[in-house]
Amino acid sequence: MKISLPAFVGRIAFSALAALIGAAFALPLIWFLFAPFNARAELGLAIPDPWTLNNFVTVFGNSYAVQALWNSFIQATGGVILVGAAATLAAYALSRSSIPGKGAVTYTLLLFSSVVSGSAAMVPIFLIISAAGIMDTHVAVILTFAGGLLPTAMFILRDFIDSIPKSYEESAMVAGASPVQAFFDVALPVIRPGIVVVVVWAFVNIWGSFLIPFILLRSSDNMPASVAIYSFYSEAGTPIVTLLAAYALIYSLPVVALYLFVSWKFGFRFFGGIKA
Amino acid sequence: MTTEPLATPPKRKTRNFALLSNRAGAAFMLPAGLLVSVFVIVPFFWVIFVSFTNRTLIGATALNPQFVGLGNYLALFDPATFFQRGQFGFSLILTTQFVLASALLGQALLGLLLAWLIQTVPPWIKRITETFVIAAWILPEVVIGFAWFAFLDYDNGTFNMLLESLGLPPGDFLLQQPFWVIVVFNTWRGAAFSMMLFNSAFSSIPPSYFQAADVAGASSWQKFRDIGLPLIRGHIVTDLILITMWTFNTFTPFLLTNGGPSYRTELVSIYNYRVAFQDFQFGKGAAVGVIMMLINLAFALIYLSLGRKRAPK
Repeated sequence: MKISLPAFVGRIAFSALAALIGAAFALPLIWFLFAPFNARAELGLAIPDPWTLNNFVTVFGNSYAVQALWNSFIQATGGVILVGAAATLAAYALSRSSIPGKGAVTYTLLLFSSVVSGSAAMVPIFLIISAAGIMDTHVAVILTFAGGLLPTAMFILRDFIDSIPKSYEESAMVAGASPVQAFFDVALPVIRPGIVVVVVWAFVNIWGSFLIPFILLRSSDNMPASVAIYSFYSEAGTPIVTLLAAYALIYSLPVVALYLFVSWKFGFRFFGGIKA
Repeated sequence: MTTEPLATPPKRKTRNFALLSNRAGAAFMLPAGLLVSVFVIVPFFWVIFVSFTNRTLIGATALNPQFVGLGNYLALFDPATFFQRGQFGFSLILTTQFVLASALLGQALLGLLLAWLIQTVPPWIKRITETFVIAAWILPEVVIGFAWFAFLDYDNGTFNMLLESLGLPPGDFLLQQPFWVIVVFNTWRGAAFSMMLFNSAFSSIPPSYFQAADVAGASSWQKFRDIGLPLIRGHIVTDLILITMWTFNTFTPFLLTNGGPSYRTELVSIYNYRVAFQDFQFGKGAAVGVIMMLINLAFALIYLSLGRKRAPK
């Protein structure tokens, strides 16, 4: 198709504008490409001279920092296992059984999950964890996130399961499988891509969260990286920039890797969901 | 195929065939039901209960809180102090302005513009722009908070460096314009969602509509106004409600400004945190939580009623 001159100019203007907005979004992040590799990094933008991995060596030599990354991993993994398993079972039941009041349950869950946000419910969540006697434990963080993320996870999975023909399991049952066998051996493998999406989404949410661990945890042994990162501040409250930058980069890597993995595998767009 | 009647009694199965019996279904729902009940539904009712007490984090009233009726609510809405800095009314108005400026104007408009732009630009520009916009959205909030702290630093920050190279005066924006800093910050942080939602909405419009407009010689603006916008109206409403709720509840600006300087960026979520966990007044904090939930409820009901109208399944 031939393009007229005004249309051509318009297209260039569009490209320039898109590139400009992209650059504006990149600006606050560019600093992170340089500072972690600069032994004398400050808050200003500077090309490292020479490039070095010393900051990372220091971070990995700090047992507290490494412990915090491990804690993040425990909490995110624990939460993800709970969310993945419970959401799959529940979404399957919502899709395939005819329990009375299914629609009402779905509606109520949707409503509550959007009303009870982490920042509105911090007081009662603190009190529940306190009453359960699990304050300052990994379990407290894991359970809180599992509860908060489950409704959204269930909806994503229910839609996914609804789109799968029932005839898969029906033919398995005609061949003599029990409903439970039909679920585990026939339905589960087909649902797996949906579960992967939910698991990644939940992992990124828990891994990146600040508020919930911040109010539920006290001892430094249990702190995830999102809270522990504030230990890289000097007594005077000024940040130790070199360590912070390197640590922030390490801490961000799993999120970036998971995003790339999912978009490569499924071409999937992250759906924000309800942030707990 | 056989036409013989089945050996098993057919009545039960033909009536309402389900792959999972009710009992198995209930068992499958149990773990999720328990977790959601304890951590979503119980908090909703507990926070209402606590908001009528003078419970504190430490001290005598931590163990034996007393019933104070509407005391906490009256304190929050006390007309003598309502609009003062660091009080509930100030925080509520600030949050309203924050939602209007950063979600409804910032995120939605920028997301719409981006979604429209990337329909037409060359693929490599589309990919680079999308990458940075999405990066701003998926990176952990703590990292983003620190990135902006460095970006806006008065002495060395990249932003002031940029201003100076353009011949403009630098500024200590975190101190001088904290509100506008968190507005721009939240726009930057969240525009990706609107962009992706509108992008998929635009992609679902049949290309022939735009081709016909091209033949008629329509400009990009005309195509946007007369074809794109009307056809994605439903998506726009969905987007506006969702980003309003998320922005209203967001805690992330705390990581950049700590609610300060002198309460000038104290959104209701941050106010709630300060009252409950720094001043240790759980009863009053719970009352703030109840009001936040009521506002969330209003938006959620609008959202759900729209969803029902559009998808009559």
